[in-house]
Amino acid sequence: MAIDCLVLGAGQEVGKSCVVVNMNGKKIMFDCGMHMGHHDHQRYPDFSRISRTGDFDSSLTCIIITHFHLDHIGALPYFTEVCGYKGPIYMTYPTKALAPLMLEDYRKVMVDRRGEEEQFTSENIEECMKKVTAVDLKQTVQVDKDLQIRAYYAGHVLGAAMFYAKVGDSAIVYTGDYNMTPDRHLGAAQIDRLHLDLLISESTYGTTIRDSKYAREREFLDAVHKCVTNGGKVLIPTFALGRAQELCILLDDYWERMSLKVPIYFSAGLTLQANLYYKVLINWTSQKVKDAYTTRNAFDFKHVCSFDRSLINAPGPCVLFATPGMISGGFSLEVFKHWAPYEKNLITLPGYCVAGTVGHKLMSGKPTKVNVDRDTQVDVRCKIHQLSFSPHTDAKGIMDLVNFLSPKHVILVHGEKPRMIALQGRIQSELGIQSFCPANNETVSIPSTHYVKADISDTLRRHSKCPNFKFSKTDSGENSDTGFMPTPLNPLQVFDDRVTEGILCLDRSKKAKVVHQDEFLGMLGAEKHELQFAYCCQVPIGNLGNAIETEVANVLPVIDNGSWLHLLTGKLAIELNDVNIQECGEHIQVESISISVCLNDDCPHRISETNLNKSEAVYFCCTWLAADEPLARNVISTLRKLELSTNLTTAG
Amino acid sequence: MRLTSLSQGKGFYFPPCQILNICGLRVLFDCPLDLSGLSIFSPIGFDEEEYKVSSCNELRESECLDRKRQKVEKPLDASNLIHSEPYYKTVNDLHLWNASFIDVVVISSYMGMLGLPFLTRQKGFSAKIYATEATARLGKLMMEDLVAMHAEFRQLYGPGESGCTQWMKWEELDMLSSVIKDIVIGKDGTELGSWMPLYSAADVMDCMQKVQALKYAEEACYNGTLLIMALSSGLEIGTCNWTICGPKGTVSYLSSSCFVSSTSMDFDYHGFQGSDMIIYSDFTTWKSGNDVDDYSSYSAPSTSKLSDFSEDDWKVRAESLLKLDEGEEEVEKLSFLCTCCIDSIKSGGSVVIPIGRLGIILQLLEQIADSLEASNIKAPIFVISYVADELLAYTNIIPEWLCKQRQERMYSGQSLFGHVDLLKNKRLRLFPTLHSLELLKSWEEPCVVFCPHWSMRLGPAVHLLRRWCGDPNSLLIMEDGEDTELAFLPFKPMTIKVLQCSFLSGIKQYIPTFNTSISLKYFPEKETLCIPKVKTASELNIAADLTMQILSKNLKHKETSIARLKGSLLLEHGKQHLIFQKNQEASSQTKSLLHWGKLDPKDLLVSLQKMGINGYVEQENSDTESESLTIMHISEPRKALIEMKGTNTVISTDDEDMTALICEAISSNLDCI
Ligand SMILES: [Zn+2]
Ligand SMILES: [Zn+2]
Ligand SMILES: [Zn+2]
Repeated sequence: MAIDCLVLGAGQEVGKSCVVVNMNGKKIMFDCGMHMGHHDHQRYPDFSRISRTGDFDSSLTCIIITHFHLDHIGALPYFTEVCGYKGPIYMTYPTKALAPLMLEDYRKVMVDRRGEEEQFTSENIEECMKKVTAVDLKQTVQVDKDLQIRAYYAGHVLGAAMFYAKVGDSAIVYTGDYNMTPDRHLGAAQIDRLHLDLLISESTYGTTIRDSKYAREREFLDAVHKCVTNGGKVLIPTFALGRAQELCILLDDYWERMSLKVPIYFSAGLTLQANLYYKVLINWTSQKVKDAYTTRNAFDFKHVCSFDRSLINAPGPCVLFATPGMISGGFSLEVFKHWAPYEKNLITLPGYCVAGTVGHKLMSGKPTKVNVDRDTQVDVRCKIHQLSFSPHTDAKGIMDLVNFLSPKHVILVHGEKPRMIALQGRIQSELGIQSFCPANNETVSIPSTHYVKADISDTLRRHSKCPNFKFSKTDSGENSDTGFMPTPLNPLQVFDDRVTEGILCLDRSKKAKVVHQDEFLGMLGAEKHELQFAYCCQVPIGNLGNAIETEVANVLPVIDNGSWLHLLTGKLAIELNDVNIQECGEHIQVESISISVCLNDDCPHRISETNLNKSEAVYFCCTWLAADEPLARNVISTLRKLELSTNLTTAG
Repeated sequence: MRLTSLSQGKGFYFPPCQILNICGLRVLFDCPLDLSGLSIFSPIGFDEEEYKVSSCNELRESECLDRKRQKVEKPLDASNLIHSEPYYKTVNDLHLWNASFIDVVVISSYMGMLGLPFLTRQKGFSAKIYATEATARLGKLMMEDLVAMHAEFRQLYGPGESGCTQWMKWEELDMLSSVIKDIVIGKDGTELGSWMPLYSAADVMDCMQKVQALKYAEEACYNGTLLIMALSSGLEIGTCNWTICGPKGTVSYLSSSCFVSSTSMDFDYHGFQGSDMIIYSDFTTWKSGNDVDDYSSYSAPSTSKLSDFSEDDWKVRAESLLKLDEGEEEVEKLSFLCTCCIDSIKSGGSVVIPIGRLGIILQLLEQIADSLEASNIKAPIFVISYVADELLAYTNIIPEWLCKQRQERMYSGQSLFGHVDLLKNKRLRLFPTLHSLELLKSWEEPCVVFCPHWSMRLGPAVHLLRRWCGDPNSLLIMEDGEDTELAFLPFKPMTIKVLQCSFLSGIKQYIPTFNTSISLKYFPEKETLCIPKVKTASELNIAADLTMQILSKNLKHKETSIARLKGSLLLEHGKQHLIFQKNQEASSQTKSLLHWGKLDPKDLLVSLQKMGINGYVEQENSDTESESLTIMHISEPRKALIEMKGTNTVISTDDEDMTALICEAISSNLDCI
């Protein structure tokens, strides 16, 4: 069986994230985004590749949306209301609450833009959201009998989640956008150690390593402060949600500390309304914000008020948050046209702007003029500050996550081709994990895990329960230095040689069975064939002197078999370390090795040539089982080296 | 598997307490306190005036005894109550268990948590505690409230009685009225040991640190062996049922559950699919027939697996249950309460509501405010509790734990509960205590007050009831209790109107209609029930590619392939896996082969010859019936000897390499693995 991943969007680019994964017969669509840089059919994923007939309900098991950014959810109302998908849709509670605001904001921008045809209506958005099932973090959701999904905290924006999906024995994780370091209002991504066939990860900053976030935030605050002190206006184009709240917490806090009175505006009532959602969903923010909510909810901004269009050309400094981000149109573009020509003013841009947007044009080089549409050109004399902190993980974070999860395969999406290829190389060479970065509309197939399920016999289970295991608990602390906190799984791993006492029986017609080797023959109805080893070893009696030799008849009764064995035990104890030697009357027992004094002159096990006559030597007959062959050889070589002395017997 | 019922509980405020022994692990379900026991104590302020004489300190011994004896004969009055700092009644049978023997504790509701600090502070306690996030948070608040109210009691009571266990002495107990004595020592006289002085705030903190908070349907793994999951029970915010999945099968624990709720998340029946056994723990509040017998809890281990039910079966059942007009009844009940409230306020009386159910409080807050608004009455609503602030703030940030209608409020941009707006326009006010300065400033009557404690022995409820108990226009709204007569004792004579009502809890009797193929077993309190294994064999997962790798041979003349296991066993998420890592290759070498079958000396000789080993066979005809001994003498390349007799072969060489070669030849002539 294979897992097939059809990349419909965000393949070697950022925008319209959409991956359709076919795993053991279940087809899951991860994200359903739109591309901000395109205004034609390319803005949406090519859904016809899922089903030629347009019967999406039978070709998809479910849709999973990771977060409310338009490049992840922008095409959803179109897909459900225009294309007619009616199946289940899953997203986290905050995403379900906040996505309609994002979509509505975007819809307005589209309609406002001249000549733009409406892709979906407000009612479409509303109807679409009704089909959504909200999920909580870590909650295991049974989509159907075979498909299980689970969300993990991803940082990035409020409600962003990585999704785990499992069908049968195969499992994958799709990360969406994530952040491995906590910021002012959100925590860091967090996931369990999972057994994965595949990890599909974003790779926006696949080659960037970022330093301290606080220094970068400082730069931003300094730039804003400098601008307003000089009487300038600051335009912060953002999307209604996410970055807006993060920067607002930052500014509100700074204003409070510096006792600034310059007004901070939000462009539409929209973003203020979003703050209400943030207040209710505060459990999805960072620990610090969460802990403080009873005394003061961090989203109760003190210095923020709403903006009126008439204030665009009002004198005096101000800070304005305006939608949409990247200045792709709408109100932020309108304000941009008014404010960009003045040197005093400041425009902040996010770390990433999609190609085709005004934001992207401003970032590439230092343009003095920008064409905002076919017949409008704007002079740009204001300062541009590019925010260097981003809610995306950097290369180290991606490598840490891949290393932590150690999936069998990695697919990279949501990034630029050169960076992705560099990262792909690192994952393969440093972590030894096969990885891919397919382009849009390509399919990657990887093998899926399948378990043979075998019934374990009680005997074997009892044996493998005995307490001489080496326990190794997975150390969840080992990754703590990465700033990334995995939740402990507590798996108990058992290393035991006696695993090899188990025997797997696979019958074509019956369920597989695992039994203990002792039961195995009984099950077969066969009789065990005992393999034994024997060797009769000659040990010369040295140091005995002639006197004794003449009185052999008198001496031998004194030095009886027991004495010889006792002597031998002492010698063996010195020679063999860590072996339990037991004297059992007529023989010595070492594991399965049995040693006794041999009085049979015709003993068949006297294989070696004998060069001493009977009275000069004592014979020890040894028998053992295959398991103790190396030990037995050790015993025999010890025996051979021995010159047994009877001197000791006088003491005994 | 063994199930022991430590206590069958007494409804919502005192849920059942059970211990299940599964896969060699002991799992404790809930650790509640029986706070109804508080009613044997006299509340603050009632011992000072009229009953002062009853204090033994001021009377001579004999007089005192006389007085008390007389009282036993007379009908109960407030002086019969124990005038002492209250003790708290824990689950008696839990004391019989060594705390260190418990491996896992699961907490189903905030009420099931109140006794937990007693357990966690014991020496040797090391169990893992699981509770939902909301239960943990609310439970902590309830415990803190209890500690604060108790501290207040102590403060007001003063250090008067230093030997606070005075009342527990036998001679004192003998003088108690029989009603109270029964509560103290239990019907069988064994329960005196279950009374404990309250834990401290530090104990609560310490206890909370040991709790692992879970989301609904989050898989928590204990020791790799048990997979534990909390599923919404619909009763209250954060309350849950449990499924515990181990290598030997899946057990579901059904606590007090509700199928309709207008605050908490709906009952989640999905998790019960695939259960091998369901324990129905709580039947104490059955209203059918009212004859709650000793066998009120029971378990249903099934011979035919419940997992055979399809999802549709569950859906149909759950839906048919939802049709019960439970929901409607609740709605009517609440609106009736509101009407009564308004009537009282209109007639100038105040309303005190000492109910401990968060869900009910939140709904009543909204509805009473609406009713007041509709009737154009400006009476204020107060919530007075040490944790009121935090409690109400918390309820407004937990959409994930609430029912669909509440979540819809969030999606449409409203707050989850109406109290947020009520607080904003100051129609609702929160105060930590009755004697806070702020309260005195804004106090006006008539008013509606929500406050603890439902036992009417602790908290603001005591003082308010004392204030209003003689006012026939005022109203007390309380839950149906076991012994309201005893509860009211200190407030008599009462002319205040009393409205007692019961709210949904427990499990309705719907199980027996499930399926006739399910075997049901009842388990009485204080007894242990042995449950036959639900699954005989447990499963081992072996990666298919590994199977291919280790499969060594096919059995002669059979369709079976066999292989010796290698790698290591991993117990994870209640399932056993065989995993194989490259670096384990060396360590998992097979120690020795297992052989079976018989040797043919001639074939063996041929095999040996192919290896360059030469010798001859000497047949030794032995005694008649025993098998014949065959001896093979090897001369080249070294001297060796092989004796074969039936299924026994002895090899004799003086060299390891020679032995290895002969073994190889023998293995190729025998079946072996
Ligand atoms: Zn994003
Ligand atoms: Zn994105
Ligand atoms: Zn011998």
